[in-house]
Amino acid sequence: MTSQNPVIQVDDLTRSYRDVAALQNVSFALQPDIICGLLGRNGAGKTTLMRMLTGQDFPSSGTARMFGENPVENSAVLQQICFVSEGQRYPDGYHARHVLAGAPWFFANWDAAFADALVDKFRLPLKRDVKKLSRGQQSALGVILGLASRAPITIFDEPYLGLDAVARQIFYDALLADYAENPRTILLSTHLIDEVSNLLEHVLVLDEGRLLLDQDAESLRGSASAVAGRAGDVDSFAEGRRVLHRDTLGGLATVTISGRLTPADHRAATAAGLEIAPVSFQQLIVDLSTHPDRRPAVASVAYE
Amino acid sequence: MDEGRPIFQQIAERVENDILTGALSEEGQVPSTNEFALYYRINPATAGKGVNLLVEQGILYKRRGIGMFVAAGARERISARRREMFVLEYIAPMLAEAASLGITPHQISQLIEEETS
Repeated sequence: MTSQNPVIQVDDLTRSYRDVAALQNVSFALQPDIICGLLGRNGAGKTTLMRMLTGQDFPSSGTARMFGENPVENSAVLQQICFVSEGQRYPDGYHARHVLAGAPWFFANWDAAFADALVDKFRLPLKRDVKKLSRGQQSALGVILGLASRAPITIFDEPYLGLDAVARQIFYDALLADYAENPRTILLSTHLIDEVSNLLEHVLVLDEGRLLLDQDAESLRGSASAVAGRAGDVDSFAEGRRVLHRDTLGGLATVTISGRLTPADHRAATAAGLEIAPVSFQQLIVDLSTHPDRRPAVASVAYE
Repeated sequence: MDEGRPIFQQIAERVENDILTGALSEEGQVPSTNEFALYYRINPATAGKGVNLLVEQGILYKRRGIGMFVAAGARERISARRREMFVLEYIAPMLAEAASLGITPHQISQLIEEETS
């Protein structure tokens, strides 16, 4: 992989609100032109992080740099960023068409024709007060802004609230198609991990303000296995391995084991009468987030 | 897509399958990375990685400025490799399952004869 200058660089970032640490010593660097998922439970610090990246909030300590610069009140940087946040507020009497008409002022790469096409796809009413739009329609407006802005860094904070399954698919397809034509850095926070996991090239997982995972999505896939069988056999197979999760049913047990299993492991498991099944991307994130000693399990895993 | 395995490997396998069945012919052009990405709804970089895996193996080759093509002899190379894997992936698990059911190798041959007659 070519290593370019990171487009987003966060070093030892901490944000405390009184005695609550919303973010603690978070560090990562994102390469340009990737789609990165920002995952984590409610209250994990996703929105706080996004607000730091977009200069809407200040770190208590540490730094967040966009294109190598501090984003706070830095118009040269902020012009290159589109932040689609939850519950964006607009003045009274503001219609969706006003929002779209004003967009070229903020986004140099704004594509009005693309925005119009998305308005049709999402069936967004243009001549209605934004405040009177449904939650899903407001989300659609945010998604349209985010996509048609073609900003070099586009940040979506749970952009799908109120969007039905059809509208979410429209969003994912439009994102992928437009990204393929116009590569740019996309940071997307979501709870719907299964729905977006195939779109992601990179994954950041936050938990209780700490960065749990900073990894290439493909190297995460298949980096854990579920091993099931008689409890005694399962436990002896799991001994000395990192167990992320354990379930029992009578004398049977299933454990989620971190790390790629070798062909020899597979033979040993089969010989012991154990069954090995892959662990889905979402399940792996859930297991990692609920594991008692939440530390990065698979900092970097080589293929095969 | 199977959730538990890297997608780029699955993309490479699907392209190989299409070459084996003849859906993609030798010296024929294969879809672009972006076309794969949109069709399978996956990240374009991931699709590219799958395609590049096949380029490294000499199954596909690039024509600069035109696109990606199936190499001559690709079909035979894929089936040779798959034949090697056949024992590991199909015969060995079948023998293990047969052993746990008390089916002897001789009975297996008989079952195969019956099925194919």
